[in-house]
Amino acid sequence: MAFWIRTWQLGVKSLLLHPLRSLLTVLGIFIGVASVIWLLAIGEGISQKAQEQIAELGADNIIVRTIKPPSEVMDSSSRGATPYGITRDDYDRLTETIPTIERALPIREIRRRFSYANRVVDGRLVGCTPEYKEVTRLTIDRGHFITDVELENKQNHCVLAARVAERLFPFENPIGRSIHVDEHYYVVVGVAKEKAASAGIGGSFAAQDFSNDVYIPISTLWSRIGDFIVTRRSSTFEREIVELSQVTLRVDDVKNVMETADLVELTMAEHHRMEDYGVTVPLELLEQAKTTRMMFIIFMGMIAAISLIVGGIGIMNIMLATVTERTREIGIRRALGAKRADIIRQFLVETIALSVVGGLTGVLAGLTCRGVTGLVRQGLEKAFPEIMEALPPVIQSVEPIVVPWSIPVAFGISVVIGIIFGTYPAMRAAAMDPIEALRHE
Amino acid sequence: MTLAACTRDLTKEYVLDGETVRALRGVSLDVPEGDWVAIMGASGSGKSTMLNLFACLDRPTSGSIKLGDDDVSKLSDDQLSEIRASRIGIVFQSYNLIPQLTVIENIEVPLYYQGVYSAKARRRCIELAEMVGLADRLKHRPTQLSGGQQQRVAIARSLVNDPYFILADEPTGNLDSATTEEILELLEKLNGDGKTIIMVTHEPEVGERTKRIVRLRDGELVSDKPTKSNGQT
Repeated sequence: MAFWIRTWQLGVKSLLLHPLRSLLTVLGIFIGVASVIWLLAIGEGISQKAQEQIAELGADNIIVRTIKPPSEVMDSSSRGATPYGITRDDYDRLTETIPTIERALPIREIRRRFSYANRVVDGRLVGCTPEYKEVTRLTIDRGHFITDVELENKQNHCVLAARVAERLFPFENPIGRSIHVDEHYYVVVGVAKEKAASAGIGGSFAAQDFSNDVYIPISTLWSRIGDFIVTRRSSTFEREIVELSQVTLRVDDVKNVMETADLVELTMAEHHRMEDYGVTVPLELLEQAKTTRMMFIIFMGMIAAISLIVGGIGIMNIMLATVTERTREIGIRRALGAKRADIIRQFLVETIALSVVGGLTGVLAGLTCRGVTGLVRQGLEKAFPEIMEALPPVIQSVEPIVVPWSIPVAFGISVVIGIIFGTYPAMRAAAMDPIEALRHE
Repeated sequence: MTLAACTRDLTKEYVLDGETVRALRGVSLDVPEGDWVAIMGASGSGKSTMLNLFACLDRPTSGSIKLGDDDVSKLSDDQLSEIRASRIGIVFQSYNLIPQLTVIENIEVPLYYQGVYSAKARRRCIELAEMVGLADRLKHRPTQLSGGQQQRVAIARSLVNDPYFILADEPTGNLDSATTEEILELLEKLNGDGKTIIMVTHEPEVGERTKRIVRLRDGELVSDKPTKSNGQT
């Protein structure tokens, strides 16, 4: 035991003779280990977030969404607009012919301007049913969400999202008051709490920003506004004829989701010649997300492994130079009785000391990734706000989650690297002829 | 009379650029315990080769060489290393201390390679440092010492394992005359205490301070005579 303590003492002493050189060598391993942990953590954070968001869509849901076909496909003769997208007939067909569908949520969204007194907000008018609140996990702050009765009676009641309520009614209680949408009035019966935006996931499910929504019964929307919508956009008019923006289908059992999705596709395809709809199966997305996570891990792992190898090559390079520099010393030690194995041990200990220090500091740095990412994000938001806004939300809000096994693995690899890349120089040192070595320099 | 070292027909040949060089051609030599032998000769005479063989840094091509009772002619590399650590003390012309170690740590090195590192061993090293007059510089590094002081550390180091003999390779070659005198006095004292010394030198004045001069020429022993002073000054 005392022998090993002595050996390590000697090794560290030799390394401290050249502090800058040792530091730079350690840096290679440090960066390698830290980057293994960091990259895996970032990948894990992104994957988990993606999986959370998909899970929010509901693993037992199938989402059918209307997509506007490319303009060449549309016939622009009839009043300047062609009907496209999911129809009420589609809705009936889906709900009536597919037995595994437990519940269906019809949704119609259009961009409108909402006004009250002299205040104005641009947002989304969402025609929906009472179940909408549950499926999108809205919480009501004041009043109530749309009821079956209101739906049945096509009442002109509305529910405001938090930000709309703030902007239109900064000083008063919105409940009971009426807002304007085009030429119609809607009485406010409820206000929703703030909800975080969800990123766009899957081709046919655009990013939902719930903050500027106003909810009315879909029956009301159909009867008061109808399917033919004209929207003014800067200097042009947009015309569209759409019955439903989206239908969210709940399948009775997760086991049946994939089969049901196939049936949904078939049912829709039968009656749609244009590519004016998309079917998103969150369960499928979840599986894909898991695969993506696996690929992340492999890919990031490979990159980090490469950087560790580069670090190891750095160590070997330095140790070879060190061995050459200390040729005389090796000769002296051999003359004083060192065996080849003693020389190998001496230099291997130095290399392992370097890689262990690199590994430990790398692990510590890796553990700080959460904190540092937060700081970097804050800094960037202050310095380059426009660029940050433009980034996809997934990257904007990335929160690294340290993958537990990455720590021992990265550290273990750093020690192994030290051993592997230190062996060759150590053996070179031991193989020197003592007489030659004593003559050196 | 026991022999500290003895060789019989010691021969060393090696191949250089395709040619065979015969560095030693059958040298037979007895070194009794307590002797102080100077091995002298021109360069190329084979004295360095002889030294390397005595130091067990090399193996003879033929012939035998014994240190004390150990025949070291045919030992393996590891076995020779052990002999070097436990039975031989070497003093070099350029001191050859390890720069990153202190005086006391330098003296300890042969013990470390023997696997010895107790408090008792530490005390022995300190005693030896005292004997060569460096007790107040135990924690110094070689770079902080003069040439003469470094050579004294080397001599202490060579004694730490109680060797069969001290092997000295031009020990005063790098020293001025005053320091040379100091070192020779130290060696005389050690020899007077019974230590066997085998010394290679090319300086006649240094050779004359020993008890016996062995001359080599072209790898052969050409003369072996006691000195006039026979070690007495």
